[in-house]
Amino acid sequence: MKWQAFVVFVVLFVVVAGMGFYAARWRRGDLALLDEWGLGGRRFGTIVTWFLLGGDLYTAYTFIAVPALVYGVGAFGFFAVPYTIVVFPIMYVVMPRLWRVCKAHSLVTPADFIRARFDSRSMATAVAITGILATMPYIALQLVGIQAVLTVLGIKGTGVVKDLPLFIAFAVLAAYTYTSGLRAPALTAFAKDVLVYLTIIVAVIVIPAKLGGFGHIFAVASTHLAAVKGSIILSPKLYGAFSTLALGSAFALLLYPHVITGTLSAKSARTIERNTAILPIYSIALALIALLGYMAIAAGISTKTTSLVVPLLLMKLLPQWFVGVAFAAVAIGALVPAAIMSIAASNLFSRNIYREFVRPDATTQQEAKVAKIVSLLVKLGALLVVLLVPVQYSIYLQTLGGIWILQTGPGIIGGLWTRWFHKRALLVGWLVGMVWGTQMAAAVHFKSSIYTLHLFGRVIPGYAAVFAVVANLVVVVVLSAILNAMKVSNGTDKTSPADYLGNGESSSAPPIAEATF
Amino acid sequence: MVQNQRKAAYYWLFLIPFIATLVPSLYSKATPALGGFPFFYWYLILWIILVGVISGAIYFLSEPRE
Repeated sequence: MKWQAFVVFVVLFVVVAGMGFYAARWRRGDLALLDEWGLGGRRFGTIVTWFLLGGDLYTAYTFIAVPALVYGVGAFGFFAVPYTIVVFPIMYVVMPRLWRVCKAHSLVTPADFIRARFDSRSMATAVAITGILATMPYIALQLVGIQAVLTVLGIKGTGVVKDLPLFIAFAVLAAYTYTSGLRAPALTAFAKDVLVYLTIIVAVIVIPAKLGGFGHIFAVASTHLAAVKGSIILSPKLYGAFSTLALGSAFALLLYPHVITGTLSAKSARTIERNTAILPIYSIALALIALLGYMAIAAGISTKTTSLVVPLLLMKLLPQWFVGVAFAAVAIGALVPAAIMSIAASNLFSRNIYREFVRPDATTQQEAKVAKIVSLLVKLGALLVVLLVPVQYSIYLQTLGGIWILQTGPGIIGGLWTRWFHKRALLVGWLVGMVWGTQMAAAVHFKSSIYTLHLFGRVIPGYAAVFAVVANLVVVVVLSAILNAMKVSNGTDKTSPADYLGNGESSSAPPIAEATF
Repeated sequence: MVQNQRKAAYYWLFLIPFIATLVPSLYSKATPALGGFPFFYWYLILWIILVGVISGAIYFLSEPRE
């Protein structure tokens, strides 16, 4: 047991949990309303939105998995960098438009938007279920991040004792999410980022200095990876897979319910645009974190459990008390997105399943109540998955989640610009994408999201989600042309063109001035 | 309406980072290295900064004018 690191870890964890509970009183609002509990009252300014989206985009799992991939295969793992570059132009063009229409019609979830735009209950339900399914394993993987640091801290024991710390961490998370809603991750994200940036700055200065500089680190990694068929320079054979994975992941990220929730909680469309210029700071942090994979190779870290690569590296080369800080950064980095994800999944359930099918006359108070309870169930589910199911399955499910969530893109992103898409065509396209995407993942035994397509005698390797969404779009376009030509009824659009446009800050002033931050 | 058309025109600038980072044949090489970083790495990190700059530029160019 590494006591020094453990004590620092626990102290920081307790402080941040305290902030989570305090968040209920921060920028006071009526937390019995879904808009307040689940979207923070839609009045987060530039800085709060920056921290919140930063917590959404760069999770503990990212911090653990990206360097682990770089450690294992080399340059290919760096796909995370172009991914977190191109995501911002897409965000700039798409998300303010989504924000405006959701604000104009008090929509809380992406499925709400589909319902209002395409007048289709079945497509809205499909979007809601896809969102919930894709989010669940993502929450479970955040727990894997916490588990990794606890293991390296030396927490041993058998049965219940071993899992007790994880259980406590999640109980605390569940409790403060229940009481504070989206305000909790918004406030704790601030503490998380202070710890994350501090850790990265120290790690990229201290570790290379101890290992003989970046030149040496790259040289050692290059030699080592050559032996395991990896490379520090991307091989031309991997170009297609690398690019499609980056592009597909960028679109998929923006379709995840937790990212949409984070975006909708912004105070104005302009706040989102402003954020795309400053969010790349996190991508620089991510690139440096990815390089920890090479540092681990140079430091001679050897483990079969890839999630332990980074924790073991930090433990080996940093002073023990500082390891406590770094590990707290990872653990809190897991709690922030886990909170937002569970809130997003709960919003979907309460708005698009409970209200749609169980209580159509539900008031916003009842919606909020259901969402709060569901947020507890979602976390309990994630905890059970992590404790009972091998970690590998959560990773497989998360791979599938990425493929699935991209299939909601034609409806959500396409729908922001056109209503030419027929609602029935969207549903069939979604189904085709889901089924074929799952088949492709199954064909490679869920071990990878890269699939080699054989088309017209050519061999094309690429991200399965991208292939699936292309098929999805082709089906949507062809069927829409047919159904529109046949003049099949396409419902009524509740939105109007003006809802999507707008310049400058929102005309409806936020009820509370942005005093803090 | 004019405002929105002008804004949409600026969006074309966003094509630059897509081409620059999604075509690996442009940058998947070791040299010239910089501060020990092979070209592949420092080029991508440089583009993180540039995408922020481009977003910022578009943000200010599309500033609503009274």
